[in-house]
Amino acid sequence: MNQAMNLDLSFYTWGLFHDFILKGLLFSLTLTLVASVGGTFFGTGLALMRRSSVAWMRITAATYVNVMRSVPLVMVILWFYLLVPFLIGKPIGAEWSAFITFTAFEAAYFSEIVRSGLQSVGVGQTNAAKALGLSHTQALRYVVLPQAFRNMVPVLLTQTIALFQDTSLVYAIGAYDLLKGFETAGKNYGRPIEVYMMAALVYFVICFALSRAVKAMTKERVGAA
Amino acid sequence: MSWHWEFLFDDPGGAAPTYWQWLFSAWGWTLAVAGLAWCVALVVGVAIGLVRTWRGDDKGWAAGLATAWVELFRNIPLLVQVFLWYHVLPMLLPVFRHFSPFLLAVMAIGLFTSARIAEQVRSGMGALAKGQRAAATALGLSTGQSFRYVLLPQVGRIMWPALTSEAMSIVKNSSVAFAVSVSELTLFAMQAQEETSRGIEVYLLVTGLYAFTAFMVYALMTGIAAKAKWA
Repeated sequence: MNQAMNLDLSFYTWGLFHDFILKGLLFSLTLTLVASVGGTFFGTGLALMRRSSVAWMRITAATYVNVMRSVPLVMVILWFYLLVPFLIGKPIGAEWSAFITFTAFEAAYFSEIVRSGLQSVGVGQTNAAKALGLSHTQALRYVVLPQAFRNMVPVLLTQTIALFQDTSLVYAIGAYDLLKGFETAGKNYGRPIEVYMMAALVYFVICFALSRAVKAMTKERVGAA
Repeated sequence: MSWHWEFLFDDPGGAAPTYWQWLFSAWGWTLAVAGLAWCVALVVGVAIGLVRTWRGDDKGWAAGLATAWVELFRNIPLLVQVFLWYHVLPMLLPVFRHFSPFLLAVMAIGLFTSARIAEQVRSGMGALAKGQRAAATALGLSTGQSFRYVLLPQVGRIMWPALTSEAMSIVKNSSVAFAVSVSELTLFAMQAQEETSRGIEVYLLVTGLYAFTAFMVYALMTGIAAKAKWA
């Protein structure tokens, strides 16, 4: 019984892609986009809280970040899937739960990136901005944050690629993502082996291309500087 | 709501007589998956990292293969890799049919992490002053000797913080073994939550054990660094 002999990839057609894969691919990409934008937004908030002069803000933000970072993502996904319906009083689907979970989870990781980005901007910049008569908020808004974000872009993008890979973990709650799309197609066509190979290939092509693009961009910027 | 922990003494009707015994056996599986995968990752990762940096110029077919290895394992989600090991490889290579899901998960997580460690080795070597290699050669050391006595001791020290966080990651990443029914903490969490309806209590215990394990790994790695007087 050597199944290696009858690997059959001829069942891959546009129809299969359209019926099973496309929906999952779109979900994975949307989830990545929402969580990276949301994560950057809330992550910046957390990073600023950690620099706050108010103690409880610093402690709250640090606790949140450390707890999120010490728990496996799968467990975070399970926690939110259990708790969110409990908190808002009605069930939400696995897909909506995934959006909330990934945004909350990535905020913790992005906040660490933003934090080191903020640290990369010399304290002289803040002092100079204040000397020019800018308020604390204005200095942050117009001087520090733009420079910090500029320094952070490559790391943020790399984290986003990792995030795209992590979206496959919504498997734990059965959301319909790219991986699930392949799996469903495999069940429908009775081709469980081939679909996992195809799934790996598709993830590889997307992630490899993106990481090459980030690398090229970083090189270009280093060259320009 | 109120807490209910009595379920811990109920009989889940499986191999373990009570839920708390099942919890600790699941923790044992998590430690086994993470620990074994860490050994695989360390051995393979350091080897691949050395191959990439042996000549010092990232060229040659061996370095090319090592780079391909890193790119392959870095650009496919871990869960997909676990499925490849579990569903695909035993079909392609009959020898893997004798591997239990536990061993297949260990290989998947171990090799996934090996690519990350190989990268750490490479960037550690890159961080060394250029003169170190030249100086070792000038003293008459062979390539092997200069790695053994000059370069690796320094790289180990440079890599240690990154290696520490990688070791903590592998504890968290071991959770994907649930997907191939390895009876570790995450699978316990999912099944016990379903059976007992005490989801919050179950998840709290499991999350606490993960955090505790990650902390122990951190303490161990920092302890080693302190003993070696690196910190």
